[in-house]
Amino acid sequence: MKDKILEVSAIKDGTVIDHIPADSLFKVISILRLEDKDGMITFGTNLESKKLNKKAIIKLSGVFFKDNDINRISLVAPEAKLNIIRDYDVVEKKIVEVPDEIVGIVKCMNPMCITNHEKIVTKFQVIDKKKIHLRCHYCEKITDKEHMEIR
Amino acid sequence: MKSKSLVSITDFTKDDYLRILEKAAEFEKKSYQNLLDSKVIATLFFEPSTRTRLSFESAINRLGGRVIGFNDSSTSSVSKGETLYDTIRVVSNYSELIVMRHPLEGSARFASEITNIPIINAGDGANQHPTQTLLDLYSIQKTQGKLDNLNIFMVGDLKYGRTVHSLLMALSEFNATFYFISPDELRMPEEYKLYLDKIGLKYHESKEFKPNIIEADIIYMTRVQKERFSDPIEYERTKNAYVLKNEMIEDSKPGMKVLHPLPRVNEIHPDVDANAKAYYFQQTENGVYVRQAIISLILGLV
Ligand SMILES: [Zn+2]
Repeated sequence: MKDKILEVSAIKDGTVIDHIPADSLFKVISILRLEDKDGMITFGTNLESKKLNKKAIIKLSGVFFKDNDINRISLVAPEAKLNIIRDYDVVEKKIVEVPDEIVGIVKCMNPMCITNHEKIVTKFQVIDKKKIHLRCHYCEKITDKEHMEIR
Repeated sequence: MKSKSLVSITDFTKDDYLRILEKAAEFEKKSYQNLLDSKVIATLFFEPSTRTRLSFESAINRLGGRVIGFNDSSTSSVSKGETLYDTIRVVSNYSELIVMRHPLEGSARFASEITNIPIINAGDGANQHPTQTLLDLYSIQKTQGKLDNLNIFMVGDLKYGRTVHSLLMALSEFNATFYFISPDELRMPEEYKLYLDKIGLKYHESKEFKPNIIEADIIYMTRVQKERFSDPIEYERTKNAYVLKNEMIEDSKPGMKVLHPLPRVNEIHPDVDANAKAYYFQQTENGVYVRQAIISLILGLV
């Protein structure tokens, strides 16, 4: 049997991102800057999932990601799985990995941080990949998962 | 160390610290040396701090340099909304080195990345104040004759006190044993204790320091500020427990010294001032020599 996802609306070539927590869908869209993509994109959300309470799925026709780019969604969708589709077949499966350094995307949770007052691209060292603890390169304070805001 | 900015204490290595202390001792012997030879140094104090600015400006003047800058951003173009980026880019054209204090955390790191002249961080909000740490090290070395294997008591606000965090990082290079004495609400953050565990250094934690005061080589006092407490009643209850009085250090070692980054509020009773173990005023004098050493090393003049 082909993967179940193909039943919804099959794509010929592209990427399917599965197992996104439903409440992270729009964050994933923004992190991957999907508004700039040309190909056909379909979303499904609030789908039943055994692993996650409610999950979301994104299908991108004709879009393939570099590992560096796709790994950034690990901050909000650590369980996400990628299916790379070629000619209607899943030719590769990938899981996302938390990178060592996060550039941009995340807002520093420290209101007194210079990055919240001037136009500066934020930069964090990931000091705990499991719990997602990020140390700001500028103010040196920790932004944790609960306080993480995507910008 | 040449042309390197000093933003955080961890930007420098143990060897760098030792070189700075060695040079500082030379400046203490002969403070007036025309090494800067009229070169211009900028001191940009985006928030006022008279004590720190005077210490830096005294250091620059003793080195024969000239100072430009401001001590309050309300009188400069910054109040007209100029960004830090623009100010740093402009002042970089006027000077050899920038000493800056800014209320926002990370401002000095950012500044160091947008200019090609060195930045010395003279305090970025609650984050870092590395020249304070170096003058603390100098004071410790000078009074104890060494930096290795000392018993360091840190007292008061260990949670928010940036000076104790930087000093801990620096002294962790010298096999110190730490005694953390603070109210529950203001304990040393976990991340520093984990760090000490990781590198295998010993520390003790307690709410009172009377019982083992005899062990102390250095007592480093900090301010316990009212606004740090979520419960004002808790503050009233604890504030007097962390006031150092003469009788409390009676049993300490003869060579023990009391340090404090100043300004103090009430955490050291005035009766300690006349005690030979009180070292906080000499500590400020050391700051000038240490800053002379840092500036001349960074500019490659010594
Ligand atoms: Zn920050």
